[in-house]
Amino acid sequence: MNRMVTRIFKCFLLAVLILLAGASTGMTESKTLMMATTTSTDSTGLLNYLAPLYTKAVGVELKWTAVGTGKALALGQNCDVDVLLVHDPEAEQKFIANGFGVNRKEIMYNDFVLIGPAADPAAIKGKGTLEALKLIQAKGAVFASRGDESGTHAMEKALWKKTGADLMEKEAWYVQTGQGMLPTISIAEEYKGYTLTDRGTYYKYEAVKGSDLSLKILVEGDDILKNQYSVMALDPKHCPKSRYDLAMQFANWMAGPDGQKLIGDFKVNGKPLFTANGK
Amino acid sequence: MNFLLDGFITAIRLLFQGDEETYAAVFATLQVTGYSMSASLAMGIPLGFALGYFDFPLKKQLRFITDTLMALPTVFIGLVVYALLSNKGPLGELRLLFTLPGIAIGLTILALPIVISLSAATVEAMDRQLRTTLISLGADRLQLLLSILWEVRFGILAATVNAFGRVMTEVGISMMVGGNIKWHTRTITTAIALETNKGLFSMGIALGLVLLLIAFGVNLALSFLRKK
Repeated sequence: MNRMVTRIFKCFLLAVLILLAGASTGMTESKTLMMATTTSTDSTGLLNYLAPLYTKAVGVELKWTAVGTGKALALGQNCDVDVLLVHDPEAEQKFIANGFGVNRKEIMYNDFVLIGPAADPAAIKGKGTLEALKLIQAKGAVFASRGDESGTHAMEKALWKKTGADLMEKEAWYVQTGQGMLPTISIAEEYKGYTLTDRGTYYKYEAVKGSDLSLKILVEGDDILKNQYSVMALDPKHCPKSRYDLAMQFANWMAGPDGQKLIGDFKVNGKPLFTANGK
Repeated sequence: MNFLLDGFITAIRLLFQGDEETYAAVFATLQVTGYSMSASLAMGIPLGFALGYFDFPLKKQLRFITDTLMALPTVFIGLVVYALLSNKGPLGELRLLFTLPGIAIGLTILALPIVISLSAATVEAMDRQLRTTLISLGADRLQLLLSILWEVRFGILAATVNAFGRVMTEVGISMMVGGNIKWHTRTITTAIALETNKGLFSMGIALGLVLLLIAFGVNLALSFLRKK
């Protein structure tokens, strides 16, 4: 019986060793930069377009995991990545103040837009952003919220706060999807409701849907709807293992003339998605 | 709903025109499935056999625990493995986060209780007369063990097929621990999640069919083991 137990234990150890051996061969210490980013930079195709060009120019492979800004910051705080590309300036400042991030560089922006069905039941077309939100609430028209602590969700909450609305968490018309931007647009579409989206993702949705498109831009161009994206390195004192040198190289490239030109040239369906504003 | 048909056509095109991204995801899926199935079978069959074969105190309780662990939610496993492998976690030194072996660790945790529990059940369900018969025929301990293992081979095969199905189609762990990194840790299931997020439903359907086709191939191969 005892011999059986030791034999089983040996089998167990062997299996763990096999697994770890597989692990060590899987690791490559070549030059790679690991980035956590928001969903919009990935689902619009911007990163698929930039990454090979970056690798060609600098010789560093760029890997990324696309999550909401909230989770991207959490991955940064845990030092699981080297660099962040996010779009929630207020949360980013807090991240820096807490000693997790350094050298935040603004690189590009687009804007948020309010989209909804062409029939526009709450009659928000052409109104100011805050007025439009008040009309949606007064009408009780369905509004799809990301509800996932992403940059877009943070912007949406800030806008509701400015309208003076109480938290409408549990009201039937306020639908919290807890998903990325494109699924949230799809959900708004199924409900024939409204949502707040970044313009880039909306264009992507337009490109995918083609003539089936049922949600239109109803409110846009308001100053408070600006959507700023920034690259940020992790504080090397907090994350000594993260590749600070590669992170800064990436930030400088993105904010520099080469990266800025490429960002400005990026188009979906012939429409530019981002305006480069790096310094 | 014509994306169902589109998906079917796309699936055929992806496979037969050798779409590079699809094959990278297929390869990643096979790799994590391979690692985690080897590890969970190597550990699970002996443990499950011992659990079903020997009588010892607390056996019932132990069986109860492994049965419960079969219901481990994959997102929960993903979170726990993330917490362990994160650079701020206890195993951060191993640098396994966002790697295929990292995913495989999570999948092993998923598969192990299934292999243990189902193997134990099949050993328990074995005819109790068998042991007596074999001993009366003069079998020594090793022969006894081997013949019993041989008798329960179909049950263990069923446990394998079951665990394989769970592991290959898993998405929560792969997403959380692997990060869905293109060319590296993007498996077929996380690719489906991504394509769905992008609104490219027919591409998602196509990848789902590709996954189903691989599962079909593996099960076909396993069914030959059942023949004799």
